[in-house]
Amino acid sequence: MSDTAERSIGKAGAPQGGAAGTGDTLMRVVRVLGRQREATVFIIAAALFLYFLIDQGSSFTAKSNQVTIWSDNVAPYAIIALGEVFLLICGEIDLSVGFVVGFAPYLMHYLIDFYAFPGLLAIFFALLVGVVVGAVNGFFTVTVRVPSFITTLGTGFILLGLINTTSHDQPAPIPASVLGIGKWISNYAWAPIIWAVVLTVLFHIVLTRTRWGLHTVSVGGNLLGAREAGIRVNRIKYGNFMITGLLGSLVGLQQMYYTNNITPTAGSYQWMFYAVTAAVIGGTAMLGGTGTIIGAFFGAVVLGILSDGFPLIGVSADLLSIIFGGAILVSMVANVQLTRLRERGQS
Amino acid sequence: MTATTPGGQARPVSSDGEVLRCEHITKNYGVVTALTDVNLRLGRGEVLGLIGDNGAGKSTLLKILCGFQPPTSGRIILEGQPIVLKSVDHARSLGIDAVYQDLALVNQLTVFQNMFLNREKVRWPLVRNQVMRKEAREHLDEMGVHIPSVNVPVAQLSGGQRQAVAVARSVFSDPKILLLDEPLAAMGVKEGAIILDLITRLKREGNVSIIIIAHNYAHVLEVCDRINLIQGGQITLDKRTDETSAEELTDLVVAEYRRALEERQRSA
Ligand SMILES: Nc1ncnc2c1ncn2[C@@H]1O[C@H](COP(=O)(O)OP(=O)(O)O)[C@@H](O)[C@H]1O
Ligand SMILES: [Mg+2]
Repeated sequence: MSDTAERSIGKAGAPQGGAAGTGDTLMRVVRVLGRQREATVFIIAAALFLYFLIDQGSSFTAKSNQVTIWSDNVAPYAIIALGEVFLLICGEIDLSVGFVVGFAPYLMHYLIDFYAFPGLLAIFFALLVGVVVGAVNGFFTVTVRVPSFITTLGTGFILLGLINTTSHDQPAPIPASVLGIGKWISNYAWAPIIWAVVLTVLFHIVLTRTRWGLHTVSVGGNLLGAREAGIRVNRIKYGNFMITGLLGSLVGLQQMYYTNNITPTAGSYQWMFYAVTAAVIGGTAMLGGTGTIIGAFFGAVVLGILSDGFPLIGVSADLLSIIFGGAILVSMVANVQLTRLRERGQS
Repeated sequence: MTATTPGGQARPVSSDGEVLRCEHITKNYGVVTALTDVNLRLGRGEVLGLIGDNGAGKSTLLKILCGFQPPTSGRIILEGQPIVLKSVDHARSLGIDAVYQDLALVNQLTVFQNMFLNREKVRWPLVRNQVMRKEAREHLDEMGVHIPSVNVPVAQLSGGQRQAVAVARSVFSDPKILLLDEPLAAMGVKEGAIILDLITRLKREGNVSIIIIAHNYAHVLEVCDRINLIQGGQITLDKRTDETSAEELTDLVVAEYRRALEERQRSA
């Protein structure tokens, strides 16, 4: 069984002669691409990059444009995607995280300007609030057993309401006491993408090489079996919600420094939508038990380059949405196919 | 103590020859009563066969004994000491390990990852894949289980291979008490023979006591020292293997079926 699989993979890697039928070759290519999902998304990202590089030249390569791509687009999607991948693997999703992005800077602002908190402590609480939101999401999902889709829809709305009522829909300047720390978080133009790359490597290791990662896969792959093996499945789910919330807070602070502003519109579904899209394009099936961190990162790169490059070549945002939608569907079909192939032992 | 059961002629087992006993175990799932007043004992080095129809409560009892779920009432006595099993890990730390009917394997993980599931070898914070791969390979070879590679996801294994992996996993940690829920169900003749041989070998070595749930009376009579029949959540027969036969067991189950049928017709 594994013999055949290995042989067909080996063959498909080499250029195909005329002997095999086109359909056959195509199936093999699909299989290889499925197996090397991260590589596939990487190649797509690299191809897009090259395309815009050749087509647009210096307006694409200009430093300000590259910073927009990597730190403004890719980094926040990729960072939030880390949490979503862990959640999707264990069979859950967090729709609320985008509003943590919006709420965390406001909380910091209130604590400093209204309650005279020292800057660092306020930042600590801004990070903590994401963890708390994650714990609340975990409580309703795991303990009360409301599906996470509903739970996080609710907590997302609550956070949106909190942002809007407490801020009276008004933006606020960054408090002076935390301006200095900004350079570590994202004042330096490349800081967000450096954060994203470092966290991606870290989370990849956590997913593939630690008990937490293996148990996350187990919980998503076989919930009852994981419980029977003695894995504390609730703890895994709670933990992944809390990690996702924390990442939301981090992105919130990064966005604050990056835009040099605290604004109610920073909280939106957009972060979550792009992050989940990155995860799906990267090869994370929403079926539980499978997913890749590296894939999600390159998924975010694809989204980041497309969002930046298409306006450059004069493609409208509406068309971009259609392309994203198509990419999601194609990726999902590939994900489902891959899962089937795996189950039949052919990948 | 003697299990006082309607059909049984159980023999008293001296308490030092006894590793596990349950007393008056009852289990309700909401309004469903899965077990009522179950008394069971397992002698040291003994292989006890637990038989009964589907839905009789066999798996429920096993999941209580391995710490997966608590009984509604009743108590468990391990080597003379009453204990409350708090979790599967707790039971394992006391030397009780189980193979569940559903095997508790994770399709997406490889054979070796499954064999070390929740018992991973760790050099914090990383799991030690090389060590686990090697030990899993050696352990499977030692048991005579043929799996082409320990690196394939268990999704790619046959039903029998999956069961073999689950059984191999359960004896990995040298348990004192091994609980097997229908370990032969999906197995071919050869794979089944591997498991039966394993049980025979473990029995010969004498360090482990086993409760095995099975449907095939021939297997049960071959490897077990004693047999308990469970019907409708109660143990209705407790006999040494050499005092009973496949015919008697079959007759009892069929009689139970007839009685239930008549009752239903009467009430209809
Ligand atoms: N988790 C559960 N929730 C509700 N009822 C259950 C549960 N597990 C088992 N039961 C019920 O308990 C009874 C015994 O089931 P089980 O122990 O699985 O039987 P067996 O293993 O002998 O076939 C059945 O009526 C079954 O429906
Ligand atoms: Mg059962």
